[in-house]
Amino acid sequence: MSATELPACEIEITNPVAPYLRQERLPHIWCPGCGIGTTVNCFTRALTDSGLDLDRVAIVSGIGCTGRVAGYMNLDSFHTTHGRAIPFATGLRLGNPDLAKVVVYSGDGDLSAIGGNHLIHAARRNMDLMVVCVNNFTYGMTGGQVAPTTPIGATQTTMPYGNFENPFNLPFLADACGAVYVARWTVYHVKQLAKAMLEGLKKKGFVFIEAMAPCPTLYSRRNRLGDGVDQLKYYKEKSKVVNGANTQDVGLTFQGDIVVGKFVDRERPTWLEAMNAHYTQHFGDKYTPYGGPHAQE
Amino acid sequence: MSDAAPVKKGKGTIFLTLEVCKGCSYCIDFCPAHCLEFSREFNRKGYHYPVLASPEDCTGCDLCGLYCPDFAIFGMRFKDIEQRRQAAAVEPLVPARG
Repeated sequence: MSATELPACEIEITNPVAPYLRQERLPHIWCPGCGIGTTVNCFTRALTDSGLDLDRVAIVSGIGCTGRVAGYMNLDSFHTTHGRAIPFATGLRLGNPDLAKVVVYSGDGDLSAIGGNHLIHAARRNMDLMVVCVNNFTYGMTGGQVAPTTPIGATQTTMPYGNFENPFNLPFLADACGAVYVARWTVYHVKQLAKAMLEGLKKKGFVFIEAMAPCPTLYSRRNRLGDGVDQLKYYKEKSKVVNGANTQDVGLTFQGDIVVGKFVDRERPTWLEAMNAHYTQHFGDKYTPYGGPHAQE
Repeated sequence: MSDAAPVKKGKGTIFLTLEVCKGCSYCIDFCPAHCLEFSREFNRKGYHYPVLASPEDCTGCDLCGLYCPDFAIFGMRFKDIEQRRQAAAVEPLVPARG
């Protein structure tokens, strides 16, 4: 039977994530059981639901396993130097205020260790960014060194007898520095994570979303915690949803209880709004407010 | 058996890109209808991939698609597939089951 005699073909059904990915770069390098891909799923669902013009969405990431997200997303994406995702995104946001959303998608080691200073100052200025911090409690790409988020008691390659350093409580840090939206979800809470990302995409100001993800190859294996799916079962068992919880009380302990939820949702003028308001007050009509044609949306 | 139960028909199905699956079992463990299980066969990279063991239970909710870290699997409701087919104005290759 020749091809022309075939009936008109059936419709092509593609994965809803597929249009957002650079297909030529797949399959990705993340390990089996790694949670980063799941957060990407949630992010693409949030992008679909937000209805944003994808030509005006940019994604920036630093170095690390999570830093590869920018390379896999079929958006305007930038893979920056280690820890400098937020300063790059700040420049992008201010250089082109017409962008609908600038998303920083990076890991805990990139954002809170080498980029920690940038994180606190972007939050202090309330720069209009959405920061997704995928927290896997370790430096995954470089071989499992202790990260600023590694809980006390966890074994890592540079702490073979267990970690004794006090870890960061990232939501508390972001809240204290003035982020307008702070949430924490785990990779088990896919629907809630997608909803948090949707709210973050619609929110003006510094949005900080922590997504806890398993690292089966380094963190789980060193600590004999099983596979990625065993970590998800631990998240399911030990997580407690407390929306609006005091961020001081949401610190993480080794295999202990996890408080998840939307912790902070408040309004503050963003850096650009504050600058325009300040100079308009100062110079009156002589000052032209800075912003693109879509800035008033 | 004299009074055979009516055959239960699923509301949806899954689609799988077999070769990108890494066998993490997220979809199998967290399927709300428990309708997936590991295959006996391997894919080209040597992983067991999920198969739809009980298609009559699948609702096409796409939670597997939301969990899948490798973008390999997704679910879809028959209703939505039919809607797309009508929107594309294409004759179905296989007549819909009654």
